Amino acid sequence: MSVEDLNPREREGVIHPEVRARDDESERAQDGTRLQHAEAASKPIRAPQVREPQPRGAKIRGNRPIDQAEAAERFLAAPLHQAAHDERLWDLRKKRDTSAHGIPEWEELRELASQIKTHTLSHLDQYLEQFEAAAKANGVHVHWAKDGADHNRIVLEILKSHGAKTLVKSKSMLTEECGFRHHMDANGIEVIETDLGERIQQLDNEEPSHVVAPAVHKTRMDVAEVFAKTLGTDPDNDDAHYLAESQRETTRPYILQADAGMTGCNFAIAETGSVVTCTNEGNADLSGNVPPLQIHSIGIEKIIPKVEHLGVFIRLLSRSALGSPITQYTSHFRAPRKGTEMHMVLVDNGRSERLGLEEFWTSLKCIRCGACMNTCPVYRRSGGLSYGATYSGPIGLIIDPTFNKRKYSTLPFSSTMNGSCTNVCPVKINIHEQIFAWRKVLVEEHQIPALKQGMMKAAGAVLSRPAAYRAAIGAADSALKVLPRFAVYNPLNTWGKKREMPEAPRQTFHAWYKQNRMKDTGR
Amino acid sequence: MSARDAILAEIRRNRPSGDFPLPELPLFAPLVGDDLVAEFGERLKRMGGRVAEPQAGDIFAGVRERLDGAKVIASAVPELTGNRDLRSIRYPQEVEDVDVAVVRAVFGIAETGSVLFTEDQLIVNAVAYLAQHLVVLLDPADILPNVQAAYRRREFGHSAYAVLHTGPSATADIEGVLIHGAQGVRSLTVVMQPKTA
Amino acid sequence: MRVGLFVPCYVDAFEPEVGIATLELLERLGCTVEYPFDQTCCGQPMTNTGCHAEAAATEALFVKNFSGFDYVVAPSGSCVHQVREHLTAIPQTDEVRHVRASTYELVEFMHDVLKVEALPWANFPHKVAYHTNCNALRGIHHARPSELVKPYYSKPLDLLRLVNGVELVDLARPDECCGFGGTFSVFEPAVSAKMGYDKVADQNRAGAEYVVSADSSCLMHQKGCAERLGLPLKYIHIAQVMNGAAA
Repeated sequence: MSVEDLNPREREGVIHPEVRARDDESERAQDGTRLQHAEAASKPIRAPQVREPQPRGAKIRGNRPIDQAEAAERFLAAPLHQAAHDERLWDLRKKRDTSAHGIPEWEELRELASQIKTHTLSHLDQYLEQFEAAAKANGVHVHWAKDGADHNRIVLEILKSHGAKTLVKSKSMLTEECGFRHHMDANGIEVIETDLGERIQQLDNEEPSHVVAPAVHKTRMDVAEVFAKTLGTDPDNDDAHYLAESQRETTRPYILQADAGMTGCNFAIAETGSVVTCTNEGNADLSGNVPPLQIHSIGIEKIIPKVEHLGVFIRLLSRSALGSPITQYTSHFRAPRKGTEMHMVLVDNGRSERLGLEEFWTSLKCIRCGACMNTCPVYRRSGGLSYGATYSGPIGLIIDPTFNKRKYSTLPFSSTMNGSCTNVCPVKINIHEQIFAWRKVLVEEHQIPALKQGMMKAAGAVLSRPAAYRAAIGAADSALKVLPRFAVYNPLNTWGKKREMPEAPRQTFHAWYKQNRMKDTGR
Repeated sequence: MSARDAILAEIRRNRPSGDFPLPELPLFAPLVGDDLVAEFGERLKRMGGRVAEPQAGDIFAGVRERLDGAKVIASAVPELTGNRDLRSIRYPQEVEDVDVAVVRAVFGIAETGSVLFTEDQLIVNAVAYLAQHLVVLLDPADILPNVQAAYRRREFGHSAYAVLHTGPSATADIEGVLIHGAQGVRSLTVVMQPKTA
Repeated sequence: MRVGLFVPCYVDAFEPEVGIATLELLERLGCTVEYPFDQTCCGQPMTNTGCHAEAAATEALFVKNFSGFDYVVAPSGSCVHQVREHLTAIPQTDEVRHVRASTYELVEFMHDVLKVEALPWANFPHKVAYHTNCNALRGIHHARPSELVKPYYSKPLDLLRLVNGVELVDLARPDECCGFGGTFSVFEPAVSAKMGYDKVADQNRAGAEYVVSADSSCLMHQKGCAERLGLPLKYIHIAQVMNGAAA
């Protein structure tokens, strides 16, 4: 049996197989086995063969609470997108499991990672000062930004002082937080994203929907449509190789001509003043090594004390994210190249305030692996854009409200609190417990709809009074009528729209007990 | 107050209560067998890289076809003479037309199939990304068992730039379809070859 | 051993036979079981919605009903998780702490406290998919969740193996939440139902005749989803299976 016969489905759907070079090595390892490193699926995803318009994300209405449920319903109404999205991310979760179960000390590594992070966060001032001193000694220009606007202003000043007009950058959730691209656009700086997924999202004028796989909610047909409109590719060619190659070819001139390059930061090492980036495409290395000016944007929570601690985090990061033992590139930028300038911008943007939230500060341990998103059954069925926030999925539910309690007040309710997120988290953030805790905070601060709280108040009143409860449940029309009243208490009957109602039993347990077990007691 | 002082003050004000000591890192047993060369090669292949066996009289036998097909070869190793001298490069952009770059790794990691470069090996850092293909010489004696052992090496604290490459540039951002050469090199081939004194 | 039987509101109202099976099973296993007559609910619907103040009176009633027992046992991992981890809207007196610490879910009570090793009366010759309720799995540690790199164990499967004739089938996504999620099922009905559809489809593909679980709420949701999709699956609580339900 030839390699081709092993997996004939893989050949399906390729409209223009000729774009794949004869010696393309992407699909098979040297020994002929199927490769699945980086973000690759372990098997071909059931890609739609018919065009289905891409569902868009949550409607943003200023400061009004995001209606995640509404956006999720629209995502579900695009079943081809939803199925591919669910299957793809569940595959990453399975690859993560396989990878983790291959490491006997996995749980110990998670505990160590958690302890290193909590230690660093509880001594963050000292480590930031140590980092700054080391970086300065390396010849790096260090800047501090209180918030996103501050970050954008600082970067703009650096660029202007060099007469820089174009900037290539690698993926950074921090710059998404800061609204960096929009600010640069408005100031005449051309910004080019160099991560394929992020570039797709930039060209489609959409936020990334996932911290690791920004365009995971799109099918290749969606990408073909975006590229046809923006890069001038063949609209009928949705072969992933053709699309990726088109992006490479159109991005390379920008990389070569850019006045400046920017990266985010996965880890910042206090003892050496280094910035560590983890990518699969090598685009952070291009951004950092080609233009004459390099800028690294660093969230202040990214600090870890020592190089040796990377021996814990690097082993966890890509395995948790993708099931791959390491990203293709793990890059350590410490000092500028000869004749060039290196800037590092340390950004707070709410982090120092979050540190003071007793129940929520450990969310700062997050290393942005996306494992909680991959495993989240709600996320996989709603799409990341349904959250209407920079951070989606479980980690988003507990971080977003720290940016805006009103706008993101609904997000902690978009969860079943099943706890899988907590178990996959490589730094052991108790995500589902923080979701639970946020609900309490939001209720106390009157950030949930009055109707919802009113229902709960009514439910609490009935459930705390046995006589009232029995009167409600013992009514002639069986318990069916009171399901909405005492248990889910829902005037809209959303249960019955999607599910059959439970059958009404002849009598409640309570009545049975009274009839069968209490005859002798005379009650 | 400067942003720096404001941030540090806010951090001090909000310092989490409790004692959070920095844990000692135990030395974990390597997850690989004793044959580090074989283990390294297996892991590298899983990450999309290739291993080429040198033959008597031709170190580069396994990549000969690639070298023969290349117009521009940039070599940073004495074992091969290319036609683009990296030491005379002034701007990184000048290596954008390189077809094959040949460099030596500082060390390899068996756990992951990674190789380490610093600016000393690359001469022009960008060549490891702008070239179409990368050929790496690795001394079998320079293979470390695991990532933890790698991060005990001094290069990370002393080089301006240190990078672990594990196979070629890769992406699967479109429907999980694996593609090599997303932005960087389309292939990475390791040739096991002891260092010459 | 004095055992207080807590029959959660869902079970009381919709699945009384689960309460009966739990009562009979505990008695068969030698427990003296009492059913406090004024019981209502554990407070979970309010607490999980963040409405702790609104849950306080219900929690106080729960403690009043169940103080003084050696153990409180309920056929619901979800409710037991609420009592043990989240019954905090009222002052934590010794009485409250005692009730919370001595509340057990039926499976773990039989497995860990009674250490049941045989169920000679139980016979269930069917293909069974076991559904692990998320609170039971990750909250009160019924089994090793698939995410963790720890030795495998499963208390409910240990007990089901004591039932003659049970043939367990494997799900493709064994630990995936079914989407009930308490009030989530009402406030986010589209995602909740889709999760339920995917769950019952997985059970159906695995060749299950019956789905068995330690939680009636998940079963009720899944049953509603399976019926809507027209799948021939049947749903039954583990208490009934262990009590010798003929099905």
